[in-house]
Amino acid sequence: MMLQRIVPVTFREEIAENVFVLRFECNEIVCSASPGQFVNIRCGDACLPLLRRPFSISRVLGDEVELLFNVVGQGTRMLAGKRVGDSLDVLGPLGLPFNFGADFKTGLIVAGGVGVAPFPFLTSVLRKKGKRIVTFLGARTASQLAPTHLDDIHLATDDGTKGYHGTVVDLLRSYLDQHRVESPRLFGCGPTNMLKALTNVAQEMNIECELSLEGDMACGIGLCQGCPVERTKGERKYALVCVEGPTFNSKDILIP
Amino acid sequence: MVKESFSIRGVEFKNRVLAASGTFGYGDEVKDLVDVNRLGGICTKSLSWKPREGNPPRRIVETPSGMLNSIGLANVGVHHFINEKLPYLRTLDTTIIANIAASSVQEYCDVLSLLEQQEGIHGYEINVSCPNVTEGGLNFGTDCSKTEEITVRLRPLTNKPLIIKLTPNVTHISEFARAVEDAGADAVSVINTLIGMAVDIRTKKPRLSTVTGGLSGPAIKPIALAKVYEVAQSVHIPILGIGGIMTTEDAIEFLLVGATAVQVGTANFIDPTAGVKIAEGLRAHAEQNGLQDVGQLVGALESHVAFSVIQSWL
Ligand SMILES: Cc1cc2nc3c(=O)[nH]c(=O)nc-3n(C[C@H](O)[C@H](O)[C@H](O)COP(=O)(O)OP(=O)(O)OC[C@H]3O[C@@H](n4cnc5c(N)ncnc54)[C@H](O)[C@@H]3O)c2cc1C
Ligand SMILES: Cc1cc2nc3c(=O)[nH]c(=O)nc-3n(C[C@H](O)[C@H](O)[C@H](O)COP(=O)(O)O)c2cc1C
Ligand code: FES
Repeated sequence: MMLQRIVPVTFREEIAENVFVLRFECNEIVCSASPGQFVNIRCGDACLPLLRRPFSISRVLGDEVELLFNVVGQGTRMLAGKRVGDSLDVLGPLGLPFNFGADFKTGLIVAGGVGVAPFPFLTSVLRKKGKRIVTFLGARTASQLAPTHLDDIHLATDDGTKGYHGTVVDLLRSYLDQHRVESPRLFGCGPTNMLKALTNVAQEMNIECELSLEGDMACGIGLCQGCPVERTKGERKYALVCVEGPTFNSKDILIP
Repeated sequence: MVKESFSIRGVEFKNRVLAASGTFGYGDEVKDLVDVNRLGGICTKSLSWKPREGNPPRRIVETPSGMLNSIGLANVGVHHFINEKLPYLRTLDTTIIANIAASSVQEYCDVLSLLEQQEGIHGYEINVSCPNVTEGGLNFGTDCSKTEEITVRLRPLTNKPLIIKLTPNVTHISEFARAVEDAGADAVSVINTLIGMAVDIRTKKPRLSTVTGGLSGPAIKPIALAKVYEVAQSVHIPILGIGGIMTTEDAIEFLLVGATAVQVGTANFIDPTAGVKIAEGLRAHAEQNGLQDVGQLVGALESHVAFSVIQSWL
């Protein structure tokens, strides 16, 4: 059930270049959240920025919810400027979680940049379910990598400053070429180009793949119809990312 | 006890704050978050005869103190609405206004006639900001004679309140208001969104897939107030004031310039309880100022200069 709460910030730190961790306390959201869901946050208290900003739930610890984000504009800059004790207006948990209960043995997690955000939470739940996890994490350069609370991490950087020199999807490909993975399922989040490449890998190798999308949202709760993604089948042309996603099976949607 | 209610054509609204069309879905999306029965009314998302997919992404762009949208009237269609959404709306204790959008005059009539056979709809709001597909795609709402024709054709089809929602994208909105008043409309909603645009300077492309879209939010409030004021000078039917209302104070401004009630739109995206908070704020304001009726604020503007909006040198 979604809730709207004013909650206190309990932690804030820059853990990698332009990568911030922020925690707030909200037992009710912790209790009803699942990996892949997000919260919608009012970053300022006036009209700039006007709309809430969506962030994946990165981790839950005790009564706290942790977010992981990049500063890209005004809203995230204001969020990064929050201090412990400040209050936040939060709406969540929103959207549909990853289908982590599906029948598979190995979770292959593929994240580009801050797309890693939802995966610490997913990792903790998959661990409890006794799944094997292999994580592929890519960034432009070493200083932007944030490999925290993940299992069996394989790194890639576009500039070769750390790990595999190339994209994270190329790293995944070479891993799959060299290893036999038992009953895999892919989970991906990151920039659009990465999601496209990942969808191709999933299709070629016939692996089920779930993606978490980041679209533009005005409301995050199904009121505005502002967040369509094109569907591959079914009667309706579009699905709404905020209420029918943000997680989708890669076969069900067309990445723009 | 302060009186909060008002009525249009005998239909009572329990207070003077409604949820604006397209910003509150069909009421069921937010039932976990807000007691919608504390609203004066709900205007549904625009309904057309057939479901509409809407425009391709990108549909939303935030702009300073506002947002542009190009939803393309995506909606479930009137049949699905009747079967899947209306049963929930019927359980509510608030006034339900079905908003209708169409691409021909006949379609407006068909949708209204079908809704007229259903229980649970208390009135109609007609969104005339739609392209007239049968006559070259020109917007009905910017053509005074078409807006009038829609009203003339719909009036005999219902005894319930018929509210025409006017677009501000015209030279003199008051001419349109007068035309629909003469054609038998019971009220006007003022205003729909303003045409706007945003450009991504890196890609040199428009940010919205449809190039232009509708601007809403606090950025449009001063314009909306001037439009309500202009309309209030020229018609006698009630005006539902809309445009950038975020707070009780904003709503009071609209009442003062002549709105009988207000609708809250974009604010719902930021705070789905905004409408309820504003309704409570209006009652509190009336109490604190010794008013018996929130309606005493309507048109209470103290200005010696009539029509200054359209006659002043800028
Ligand atoms: C379901 C969902 C979950 C998300 N989870 C996270 C998360 O866990 N961590 C995180 O850092 N971000 C996440 N995002 C993206 C995040 O919401 C945006 O980065 C944020 O809204 C930007 O706000 P801003 O005011 O700082 O930037 P704005 O001023 O809105 O934008 C600044 C610049 O960034 C660009 N931009 C804005 N949004 C995005 C985007 N989604 N992707 C790429 N570029 C963008 C704009 O085009 C603009 O150029 C998520 C988005 C969605 C929809
Ligand atoms: C995303 C969005 C969708 C809208 N959809 C409709 C609609 O379907 N029908 C309609 O008559 N008005 C629609 N509107 C206009 C609003 O009802 C309102 O007139 C306008 O947004 C101005 O008010 P605001 O500034 O409070 O949002 C929509 C507005 C927004 C922002
Ligand atoms: S963001 Fe409003 S419907 Fe999805």
